[in-house]
Amino acid sequence: MSAEPEPPGGAAPVLELDQLSLSFGGLRALSELDLQVGEREVVSVIGPNGAGKTTVFNVITGVYEPSEGDVRFAAQPGSAESIAGRPPHVIARLGVARTFQTLRLFMNMSVLENVMAATYGGTKAMPWESVLRLPRARREEREARALAEDVLSFFGQRLAGYRWDQPAYSLSYANRRRLEIARALATKPKLLLLDEPAAGMNPAETHEITELIGRLCDEREVAILVIEHDMHVVSGCSDRVVALDHGVKIAEGSFDAVSNHPAVVEAYMGRHPEALAGEE
Amino acid sequence: MSIDPQGPEVGADEWVARQAHRREYLPSWLGRAQKAGERVGWWPRLAIAGLVGLALPLLGLGGFQLQVGIDALVIALLAVGLNIVVGWAGLLDLGYVAFFGFGAYGYALLSSSQLGANGIHLPYWLSLPIVMIGAALLGLAVGLPSRRLLGDYLAIVTLFLGEAFVEFTNNVAPSKLGGPNGITAIDPIRSFGVVLTTNESYYFLLVIVVVLTMAVLRLLEYSRTGRAWRAVREDPPAAAAMTIPVNRVKLSAFACGAMVAALAGTIFAAQQASVFPTDFDTPILILIYAGLILGGTGSIAGAATGALVVMVIYDGLLRSPAEASLLFYGLGLLTLLVKLRPWRRLAAVLGATVALGYAVHAIAAAISPSAVAGGPQSTGLIGDGLRDWIIVPASPQTVGNVAFVVLICLAITLVQVKGRWRTILLVPTIYLAAFVWETRLVNEPSITRQLMIGAILIVMMISRPQGLLGQRRVEVAQ
Repeated sequence: MSAEPEPPGGAAPVLELDQLSLSFGGLRALSELDLQVGEREVVSVIGPNGAGKTTVFNVITGVYEPSEGDVRFAAQPGSAESIAGRPPHVIARLGVARTFQTLRLFMNMSVLENVMAATYGGTKAMPWESVLRLPRARREEREARALAEDVLSFFGQRLAGYRWDQPAYSLSYANRRRLEIARALATKPKLLLLDEPAAGMNPAETHEITELIGRLCDEREVAILVIEHDMHVVSGCSDRVVALDHGVKIAEGSFDAVSNHPAVVEAYMGRHPEALAGEE
Repeated sequence: MSIDPQGPEVGADEWVARQAHRREYLPSWLGRAQKAGERVGWWPRLAIAGLVGLALPLLGLGGFQLQVGIDALVIALLAVGLNIVVGWAGLLDLGYVAFFGFGAYGYALLSSSQLGANGIHLPYWLSLPIVMIGAALLGLAVGLPSRRLLGDYLAIVTLFLGEAFVEFTNNVAPSKLGGPNGITAIDPIRSFGVVLTTNESYYFLLVIVVVLTMAVLRLLEYSRTGRAWRAVREDPPAAAAMTIPVNRVKLSAFACGAMVAALAGTIFAAQQASVFPTDFDTPILILIYAGLILGGTGSIAGAATGALVVMVIYDGLLRSPAEASLLFYGLGLLTLLVKLRPWRRLAAVLGATVALGYAVHAIAAAISPSAVAGGPQSTGLIGDGLRDWIIVPASPQTVGNVAFVVLICLAITLVQVKGRWRTILLVPTIYLAAFVWETRLVNEPSITRQLMIGAILIVMMISRPQGLLGQRRVEVAQ
């Protein structure tokens, strides 16, 4: 949790965005974006609304294909491969998991099933094996359940056992966010993308999320890229902060450096009236 | 509800959330029966249902009743299969009945003299897998162009494909497929020296097949595949982000649904010994959907139950007007027994209705004997029992038609008023319904059955939108 700026990427980045650009017709959503996330590093992406933060996530997870540039992901250290334009489920299987800004749980499935559904890519049993209860299907089912219980217990009492069989829609808002993280963990990711994990949470829960991100990094050994508006979370969890505006990276470095960067201040607050006057 | 001392501190929203998860049961004693059934577990429950089904012919079911049972079981099998596609994978497939037709025609071609010089007469153990695999491939073929279509688009495209099947069988290769005259003289099911010829044997076969299919699907529902289907229904982009190949999963749902439909088709063709293009047209599709919606989309037991209820009403009414009255009064009484509470209110309504009937009949008879000259149109015990209760004029046509309109107005008024007035108004409404039934509806089964299915679905939508055995779902706008 040091505020010291690390050298971007380090020796072997897990994720590397290389001159990434994305255009929708005439609108340039992302422009020549460079970004690296090292192993077990927490990088925050900040920026005003419409800056392109979620678009970055959508390109990394394969929802959009980049217009130019490349996305490289290293499932094992030193084995970086391009994942740009590959289908979302393939990218997820390689080890990139995400949560959504607008919660996207499987609302009418139970809490446990939500998590177990995410083990699909890691299992192989065919339908007939499941019906006949063949050894492989039974073993995988056992393992999937154990994994689900493991990732749910990561949240302690918040997603305790008595909630497992309840439908996801019965959870409170904060618990839905937790469940989304648990579901993402069940894909056994190397890189976790969290899209505003603290949105809609009260101060106590926000603090909890900040601690949680640190624990995820340490105990689950994942690299984390997090979009967040709450600066308490950003300052509390980030190894490095990247600021975006209009799809362009405007600052990168430690939280203190970025939060005081003139371009960042301008992006959020607009220009100081005196500065504007001076220009004219 | 006391707060779990082991649990975390809960706020109001969490308390609400805890309450909200409670399962929904059928009203009144039906719900208690449902809960008792749940304690037993799913497979003993299914086995009991199967045994009851097998035992029914012992009660003396025969002739047309058995045929109603067979038709109902075929539709139940189809509804259970459709539940895979619509209930689990969330794909509104309106061409489903084509797979039923494919199964029937496939079996017909492989078990008749249509193809080749001497025809093909395969045993069932050989023709069934061929037809089912063929249907799965057809399901994939239909699914391939359709898998990227969502909601309304998928519905309309599959509807066209379903209609295309009817046109195909009507017009292509009439020497082989028979055109509008269909294929006749199809072999009965024959396998390992056993030949099924009687209706009883098909009834028993269908009960066993339906129960086995339900068991297979129950095992599938809570497996890797079943979870993926439901995840795709809930939120395709999220499912893709969670390692699930959405398109492939949709295709597998199409294929599995098609296989079940083809299975139903083979038995249907063998039992009827003939197939015609019109057997696989939209009316059948509507029946399957009516059953699935009535029973509860997403629930295996619901799909089967709903289809059985719909078909017993629909088919039973047409095949036996004599027993239609039993169904009408039985369903009416059952609804009152389940929905009317407290018991005092129930007793008051029933008592008042009986009293009203005798009073009206006595007054009408005193004024003009011709007002009661018609007598109830129901035959048998019900007709005798109602003779002094319901008034039926000598020429009931016009009066019955007017009464029908009044009944609809009364029913609309009934849902508008509240409290005591509803109870009071209920009594003449029931009497008028019985009047309309005795004067007109009982003699027009082909119209009555449509009305009844429609009315049941409307009542269901208002009182229990999730269906008989379904669980209420929240829809999340994406």
